[in-house]
Amino acid sequence: MQAFTLLDGLVAPLDRANVDTDAIIPKQFLKSIRRAGFGPYLFDEWRYLDHGEPEMDCTHRPLNADFVLNKPQYQGAQILLARENFGCGSSREHAPWALEDFGFRAIIAPSFADIFYNNCFKNGLLPIALPVATVAALFQEAADGYRLLIDLDAQQITTPSGQSIAFEIDGNRKYRLLNGLDDIGLSLQHAEAIAAYETARAQRAPWLF
Amino acid sequence: MPGKTLYDKLWADHVVYTEDDGSALIYIDRHLLHEVTSPQAFEGLRLAGRKPWRTDRNLAVADHNVPTTDRHQGIADPISRLQVETLDSNCAEFGITEFAMDDTRQGIVHVIGPEQGATLPGMTVVCGDSHTSTHGAFGALAFGIGTSEVEHVLATQCLVQKKAKNFLVKVNGQVGAGVTAKDIVLAIIGVIGTAGGNGYTIEFAGEAIRALSMEGRMTLCNMAIEAGARAGLVAVDDATIDYCRDRPYAPKGGDWFMAERLWRGLHSDADAVFDKVVELEASAILPQVTWGTSPELVVAVNGHIPDPALETDAVKQQSMVRALDYMGLVAGQAITDIAVDKVFIGSCTNSRIEDLRAAAAVAKGKAKAASVKLAMVVPGSGLVKRQAEAEGLDQVFLAAGFEWREPGCSMCLAMNADRLEEGERCASTSNRNFEGRQGYGGRTHLVSPAMAAAAAIAGHFVDVRQLSGV
Repeated sequence: MQAFTLLDGLVAPLDRANVDTDAIIPKQFLKSIRRAGFGPYLFDEWRYLDHGEPEMDCTHRPLNADFVLNKPQYQGAQILLARENFGCGSSREHAPWALEDFGFRAIIAPSFADIFYNNCFKNGLLPIALPVATVAALFQEAADGYRLLIDLDAQQITTPSGQSIAFEIDGNRKYRLLNGLDDIGLSLQHAEAIAAYETARAQRAPWLF
Repeated sequence: MPGKTLYDKLWADHVVYTEDDGSALIYIDRHLLHEVTSPQAFEGLRLAGRKPWRTDRNLAVADHNVPTTDRHQGIADPISRLQVETLDSNCAEFGITEFAMDDTRQGIVHVIGPEQGATLPGMTVVCGDSHTSTHGAFGALAFGIGTSEVEHVLATQCLVQKKAKNFLVKVNGQVGAGVTAKDIVLAIIGVIGTAGGNGYTIEFAGEAIRALSMEGRMTLCNMAIEAGARAGLVAVDDATIDYCRDRPYAPKGGDWFMAERLWRGLHSDADAVFDKVVELEASAILPQVTWGTSPELVVAVNGHIPDPALETDAVKQQSMVRALDYMGLVAGQAITDIAVDKVFIGSCTNSRIEDLRAAAAVAKGKAKAASVKLAMVVPGSGLVKRQAEAEGLDQVFLAAGFEWREPGCSMCLAMNADRLEEGERCASTSNRNFEGRQGYGGRTHLVSPAMAAAAAIAGHFVDVRQLSGV
């Protein structure tokens, strides 16, 4: 997994609440057995005017000029700004895979759906929850070509005017993201504890063993 | 010290190791797999040279991509076929039990888990699918996970989790005739919103919940995720125990008695403290119909499409305007004036025997409206299908002009050939009415099985309580 330390990135404002995982990556693309290559189909139904299908070459598809990611001032954006409950719906990790493959490294919203939030951390993507009013102010600023500096270690966002915004993140998630660590490897360091748990549990619930 | 909630008890029973920041390694008793969210996890194991920690705790089935028409033809779409074949080969390679497409036990993963007794009270149950919350109906801690976590469970039989907060949703009193678990849960989502349960585990309680069958409780917990909660729970009682007894994977003999004694303790203590409590009166809940592109945009069948102009929150107002535009509806329209093109009865929310009985009771002796292009019934599993056929429900549906299909996820998310065409409107017993969910440009209204069948007969939404046979 790609580590996340500092990010100086362009912000794309997606002014919608309850952006669901079906919108982020529609179901037909979930048929892939690969982990990469979802970026061209990110927000497929909003981004293109035609109907996308898996393995389609997107370079000549008609673009929806009104959609934020198609606007010239947001090309190369690495930070996505959105409204409440971003990533609601299914558990598909294809949603963070598509965001990451497209080039996003961080998402800022007032709130996130739990499974999506969790999935982001497995893919080097930083979801930042900020108060509704703070996000509303960022939307005002992000009208064109606005950049933010995100410092994960300091848990701080710096705006172009020098204003600092602090954000919260669990210690464990932060540590793993900062170092790009593999969760499984870390958990297997507790292999003895897992085995001991199984031995004790087998006494209480032998039908599970 | 205050008492413990059911969630507190289930959590404490599965903690293997706790980190300094409070996150914990928790043990997983049952891992269900399907073809869509597992291929990259198996690939991850292969690349790292890892083996499953325990193969016997995994159970796999293909459900999202499978055809609901003649199975002998195989899967026409080569990409779908490859995904199902990849599950077959991964299960064979890693020694995991799979119910193949031609097995009578095949079906939607959240239907077959409980049906086989692979889901039992007191377990932790996970699956790479958000509707894993379904299994909480058994007093099991069950939630959906991403593919990285699927790989993590395969490799360690554990997950790194942070404990959620406790949310009690209490539904007091009794529902009226024609009001089902689906209506209860849609009404709850209408009250607390699709983000209302974010960060919480919801325990559903109260007289109206206690009165539900296990099928009804599964419908309820299934949609906890639509209220934002990863997990929903219902305490164990006689109905839970009776359902589990003699299931293929349930404990037998002495183990059964030991298990039952343990399971009987799976309820919140009387003095347990919840972080949030919402109470509803069951008698006030009427049959529900969603009108927008989020499950929280829901009204009673006798209601009207709300007016965005009256919404004071600007973000919500914008969502409502957008939803009405997508759905091709206008403010003030009566729900019963909305005509439907297709009807879908199925999905992990409503494809169990009780659901099919409720729909058949409405369809019996009637005929699908000529204006309805398709009314399809997709049983949740091969065993549900067999049971329904033994009861003659298939004949009731066929006589009414409905189609009777093979089990799978089908048009809930349209990954197989079953889908809406652009602009088509559907009365659906599934769980999500998001844009494009049932097909590009398709318009979904979520309802109960009885309400879906009633819409198929009338050609538009009708209050099922006003029909005979209910």
